[in-house]
Amino acid sequence: MGGTEGKVSGKVIVDGSSTVEPISKNVEEKIRGKYPELQVLVNKSGTGGGFTKFAAKEIEIATASRPIEQEEIDKGKTGGVEFIELPIAYDGLSVVVPKENTFATSLTLDELKKIWSPDSKLASWKDVRAGFPDVALKLYGPDTQSGTFDYFTEAINGKKGASRKDYEQSADDEVLVRGVSGDKGGLGYFGYAYYEAHKDKLNVVAIDSGKGAIAPSAETIGDGTYSPLSRPLFLYVRKDVADRPDVKTLVEFFLSDEGQASVKDEGYVPLTADEIKLVRERFTKGVTGSMFGGKPAVGVKLKDLLGKLEGAK
Amino acid sequence: MTGAGQTLQSNRRIFQKRYEAAIRIVCLLCALVSVLTTLAIILTLAGQAGRFFSKVSPLAFFTGTDWSPTFSDAKFGVLPLINGTLLITVGSGLFALPLGLLSAIYLSEYASPRARNILKPGLELLAGIPTVVYGYFGVMFVTPLLKKLLPNMGFGEFNAASGAIVVGIMILPLVSSLCEDALSAVPRALREGAYGLGATKAEVALKIVVPAALSGIMAAYILALSRAIGETMAVSLAAGSRPRMTLNPAESIQTMTSYIVQASKGDPPRESAAYGSLFAVALSLFVITLIMNILAAKFVKKYRNVYD
Repeated sequence: MGGTEGKVSGKVIVDGSSTVEPISKNVEEKIRGKYPELQVLVNKSGTGGGFTKFAAKEIEIATASRPIEQEEIDKGKTGGVEFIELPIAYDGLSVVVPKENTFATSLTLDELKKIWSPDSKLASWKDVRAGFPDVALKLYGPDTQSGTFDYFTEAINGKKGASRKDYEQSADDEVLVRGVSGDKGGLGYFGYAYYEAHKDKLNVVAIDSGKGAIAPSAETIGDGTYSPLSRPLFLYVRKDVADRPDVKTLVEFFLSDEGQASVKDEGYVPLTADEIKLVRERFTKGVTGSMFGGKPAVGVKLKDLLGKLEGAK
Repeated sequence: MTGAGQTLQSNRRIFQKRYEAAIRIVCLLCALVSVLTTLAIILTLAGQAGRFFSKVSPLAFFTGTDWSPTFSDAKFGVLPLINGTLLITVGSGLFALPLGLLSAIYLSEYASPRARNILKPGLELLAGIPTVVYGYFGVMFVTPLLKKLLPNMGFGEFNAASGAIVVGIMILPLVSSLCEDALSAVPRALREGAYGLGATKAEVALKIVVPAALSGIMAAYILALSRAIGETMAVSLAAGSRPRMTLNPAESIQTMTSYIVQASKGDPPRESAAYGSLFAVALSLFVITLIMNILAAKFVKKYRNVYD
């Protein structure tokens, strides 16, 4: 790597998940110092929006907070787009309330479902659980282009995209942070990094999936006990440009120790040494296709993923 | 010698003629640019909206009360967006119309030239502030203030009232300067006549000048309100993005314009109905503002007829 340092030039566009965006931005800043000629443009159109642009060959790398779906794979195929799927981090999708909410320290999956199911009419916290105060429930969440929205609805309501609609939607997680932290009865969900960055204004809700309430943290996300809301985050690299020096340098940087340090800096959980080795191999060998076969990956645990990576060798 | 002089003169005349014609054509082309642009916009909007209405019935669009175009069970009832737009327009009007008229009365009837020289540029400065700044002003200043002043109203972090107030501040300079033009256009003889009959200054201002300028004031109001209808950035930031039927200004709403911003940022696929809905909403918005502008033009015409 040292030999080519500073010499790589080109322009790489990274677009997609707003959950992954902080990692990409962090990497972009670091790489700018090392390779002044290498231009990296980072955007956040949402996981779905990213895949749309990816299939149209408008971008080199799509970031995603859920695995690519069959429909998106097919769309790429008709345009001749093949991809290399690379997990780069773990996230714990976090359910948050404002700091002043001290009663909702934990919620069960059933309670979350009661709040968010498509036909839910819950308007007050007192209807969520007997004993909660009569405070108006104000819901905040990502928009329908978001991979976080897809993952959450799949995990909580059992069907991707099935959600009540009367909530405040934004593609910008910072807007959601602002909304939840400013509304006494606010409740919202987004990637763990946005909770980490705004800990002073938000409380995170521990999730009880039948084995006791567990709050997201580096440990519980890393060992998969924060379930079912722990999930891998991905890069999807276009196969036809994977050998371009600029793209290659950027992807290798994501998978390097420095790149994994960016993952940690932004509040996500890096892959283990064994996993990152397998992911690197996957990239050097140019293995195409999805490990998930176009299906949702709710409740994927570290070791399952490791098995999949080994199986794909 | 004389022959050469004549040719020179006729040459000059020919050049002058050509020059005049060239200027005329250049000016005409410039004028056509705006007309052609408008036509192109109308054609694009109508074409795409037409495609949308072949998938979604216009009846469901104009009478539906559920707007959720990007969900898996998409609904395309535009009324919640119109509801949000009206809430912002009426709210900003309640704020800006009286305030604008009163400041115009002060400027035209009472203010000394010195006071005018300070106040007028001050008001016009408001018009120069970018709308995104107004949006943040709403979120960072107006909303916290509303929460503090009216803690029992249950103001959300994003709410219609905050959006309406910042839009009100935005259209204030428009209202006051147009109203002032209307008031100043009232002939001096009318005022003098009233003074001659023993009327006080307040009576002249409120009972003579304002009624005489009424149609101009109405035109100013309508133009300002159509500006409020089309306002985008400030309401997207301050008023939220949750389409719904409500008259409660403490709740978050979504206007037609902020839907367009939100949806076009998300990059909906071209063949989807959600993409078409962008154009259907834009066309509805266009028609509403067009009607308002025609109304304003009518008022102005009527007003001119009185004094010319």
